Amino acid sequence: MSEELHEIRLRVNGAVHTATVPARRLLSDCLRHDLGLTGTHVGCEHGVCGACTVRIDGRPMRSCLMFAVTAQAHEITTVEGLAAADGTLHPVQRAFRECHGLQCGFCTPGFLNVAAAYLDDNPDPTEEQAREAIGGNLCRCTGYQNIVRAVLRAAELRRADGMPVPEQAAPEDARTPGDR
Amino acid sequence: MKPPPFSYHAPASLPHALSLLAETGSDGKVLAGGQSLIPLLNMRLAAPAHLVDINGITELDRVDTDATGVRVGALARHSRVEADPAAAAAVPLLGQGLRLVAHPVIRNRGTTVGSLAHADPSAEMTAALALLGGSVVAASTDGERTIDVADFFVGPMESSLRTGELLVSAHFPRPPAGSGTAFAELARRHGDYAMCGVAALVTLDQDLRVCAARAAYLSVAPVPLVLDLTEPLAGRPPGTADFAAAGRMTRGRLEPEEDIHATAEYRAHLAEVLTARALREAAQAAIRTSLDPAESAREGAPT
Ligand SMILES: Cc1cc2nc3c(=O)[nH]c(=O)nc-3n(C[C@H](O)[C@H](O)[C@H](O)COP(=O)(O)OP(=O)(O)OC[C@H]3O[C@@H](n4cnc5c(N)ncnc54)[C@H](O)[C@@H]3O)c2cc1C
Ligand code: FES
Ligand code: FES
Repeated sequence: MSEELHEIRLRVNGAVHTATVPARRLLSDCLRHDLGLTGTHVGCEHGVCGACTVRIDGRPMRSCLMFAVTAQAHEITTVEGLAAADGTLHPVQRAFRECHGLQCGFCTPGFLNVAAAYLDDNPDPTEEQAREAIGGNLCRCTGYQNIVRAVLRAAELRRADGMPVPEQAAPEDARTPGDR
Repeated sequence: MKPPPFSYHAPASLPHALSLLAETGSDGKVLAGGQSLIPLLNMRLAAPAHLVDINGITELDRVDTDATGVRVGALARHSRVEADPAAAAAVPLLGQGLRLVAHPVIRNRGTTVGSLAHADPSAEMTAALALLGGSVVAASTDGERTIDVADFFVGPMESSLRTGELLVSAHFPRPPAGSGTAFAELARRHGDYAMCGVAALVTLDQDLRVCAARAAYLSVAPVPLVLDLTEPLAGRPPGTADFAAAGRMTRGRLEPEEDIHATAEYRAHLAEVLTARALREAAQAAIRTSLDPAESAREGAPT
């Protein structure tokens, strides 16, 4: 059976890309193989490791659990889109470098996307909240301590950079005990 | 690991989706958040010839709360349901359970109704719907029907949904006045499916004595089982109620199975301990809402 192909348009990091793919092409594979954006890493392909995490309309999601055809309607941000146009690294990237939040780097793109998205909504997390925020990503090298430190450091750098805070951060008393 | 080939359909309206499902029959499958289906495709445990992607049907992306409870549309992501303040105030169990479903990143994509359609007896939302005695609405080209939760879950990964049917929404009823709910579970790792989970509902009378208590179970039976545990607790104020006795009532009434994560015996032990814990927490929540009805809003408040 010759497989049916779809002409798709994807908006990735602000640029429009086109590709011709079968419907079963995972977004992760489309980014890497069709668009050449190999910063998105692929570990488990069943949603467990988090290496493939990208941002879809700002929200972190697994690119291995989404088809490229379905992603067309959305604004996709990959690790390549984190740094500013002039090459200035994003605060989470600077913090990971400063705190030794990576060793082999395989897991890092996923952690960076999750941390960047989390800090946009929660600019001043406690250590426990930082741990919870990265709880869905696996790292085989670092032992996580430096990654937690990097998330907290990124929050500081973000504030120093004057990055916007969400309009209404949830008041402390609106949180349930289970989340603290 | 790559999915097998399939024909892809992306209807923009419900009637179009229903006619596609009618045409493709048993060769067609609904794609919602894909957080359960795509892993199955990647591992080649499923190979549908047609996928009907409902992500473009925006009319299904809704969460409506009224006096009867919360109606969750088929495209509402777990994260959206979790963050809905009106839903949290009406049915705190939703937030209590959703916080235990996978990780936030998975909840950003996976849908609550998809998790019910998937009928995994380890899924928190199946137990939540069972505990509250909720229902789902299924639609096909023949029309709509409402299915009571007691008739919906048939076996592991098996529901009474018929070929050609789409689940359009699920209704989580508001618990009776004077009630509190809680979720307790144990998983190997944070965010994993639980080895055993318990959702509990305790209702107090006007003198703050227990008048009803029940619990729903995950991962210890082929379907989300509900047990009535009122008997050892009835008439007692939560402070002196024997929750451990209620926990012991689970013995022999569940059907835990052994897998790589836990033995059947260990799961049965967990069920007993977690039942007592969840009931105690639910009773405390019931006291707080009885003394201050506005408290219920804070119980399930989104974060
Ligand atoms: C790493 C990981 C961990 C997870 N941990 C948990 C956990 O701890 N607890 C938990 O409950 N879940 C967990 N999940 C599953 C997650 O909650 C899924 O989102 C959910 O089970 C399925 O919802 P979905 O929208 O992704 O459905 P899909 O994956 O799109 O579909 C699942 C099945 O339901 C059918 N279906 C979906 N929607 C409809 C509909 N409207 N009408 C008819 N049929 C439909 C599909 O055809 C398919 O057979 C986990 C997932 C991952 C990847
Ligand atoms: S590759 Fe997507 S979560 Fe592991
Ligand atoms: S740095 Fe090697 S896996 Fe995380």
